[in-house]
Amino acid sequence: MNRPDTDPTAMWHLTYIIYRQKDGQPPRYETFQVEISPEEYVLDGVEKVWAFHDRSLTFRHACHHSTCGACGMRVNGREKLTCITQIRDVAEDGGTLTIEPLRNFPVLSDLVVDLGPLYRKMEAVQAPSVIPLSRAPLEGDDIAPPEETPRPEAGGEFIRLSDCIECGLCISACPSAAADPDYLGPAPLAAIQLQSGSLNADLLALADSREGVWRCHSAYECSAVCPASVNPGWRIMDLRRLIAKARLQAVFGGRT
Amino acid sequence: MKPAPKRPALWFSPAGKGAGGWGFMLNRLSAIGLSVYLYLHLSVLGKLARGPEAFDTFIAAAKSPLFTLGELLVIGAALFHGLNGLRIALNSFNIGVPRQKQWLYAALALSILGTLIFAMRMFTS
Repeated sequence: MNRPDTDPTAMWHLTYIIYRQKDGQPPRYETFQVEISPEEYVLDGVEKVWAFHDRSLTFRHACHHSTCGACGMRVNGREKLTCITQIRDVAEDGGTLTIEPLRNFPVLSDLVVDLGPLYRKMEAVQAPSVIPLSRAPLEGDDIAPPEETPRPEAGGEFIRLSDCIECGLCISACPSAAADPDYLGPAPLAAIQLQSGSLNADLLALADSREGVWRCHSAYECSAVCPASVNPGWRIMDLRRLIAKARLQAVFGGRT
Repeated sequence: MKPAPKRPALWFSPAGKGAGGWGFMLNRLSAIGLSVYLYLHLSVLGKLARGPEAFDTFIAAAKSPLFTLGELLVIGAALFHGLNGLRIALNSFNIGVPRQKQWLYAALALSILGTLIFAMRMFTS
């Protein structure tokens, strides 16, 4: 959507400062001049650098509409999904954009990191691809399936696609993950919380472990950078509440 | 593929931090400050074992404005660490999480106010 005070046909001149690192070499930063519309997105600028300046630049992208989670990078020090980060929201004409790979993941090449550790943790917590609507309401409680939608079978619930796109932004922003690579991290813990209606003992033990919810130090950076409304910080705190409740029930024999 | 290196130094980097991240950093810094103070405090108390002269010499030096400023920092750190600790403890039972930023600002404001009150009393008496 165009803002009234911006000429949608205007082109801005930006300096892209991009992190480069190949084959374990020491990292360096390279500078590129990019002409780009403020209506475009940060990823468009990275693609222009690749197309017009340096074909050896490596970065990940696919869907260009915040579904695949491939294009997570740090833009001026902040984790962003670059395909939906509009230029005018992070820069001004003549300004600078510093583009770096996500933190807390091994760098494979330039802006590409190995998200394997996140994927393995998501698998370990049996992250669901669909979840009951009650566990993750759409825009609060106000949006519900239309009346004509066939009702679930008796005892069943409406289900919806899970929000998490496994982009890794939450892990990159998390100060606890910076100090402990084994920490499960925000997205996997949020995936456990989403199953808390039918949480099995193994998952509960994993969440209650040394590398589980207690490793979180409540910085809430995960929720601040999450591009998909997962709100992992809130879900980790809710998981703590559930675990504390389970412990109290174990002590007091279910009277809590 | 080697895992990403541990980088706890990022705890204290101001780059790219949101309000919660600043709260986390201040909590860490105040904790370190209070730990150092505790060590210094015990070491000063240890002077008592070396006789009244050693202790009195220190007490005379401790009356300087620089020491008073240091004590004020301890008060500010203790206030913030305690109040922010309450915020985190309540959050850990999923109380007030959607308003965690406002809780942080309140903890910060109360800490500054308390420190100012102490400063007025300490520097004017």
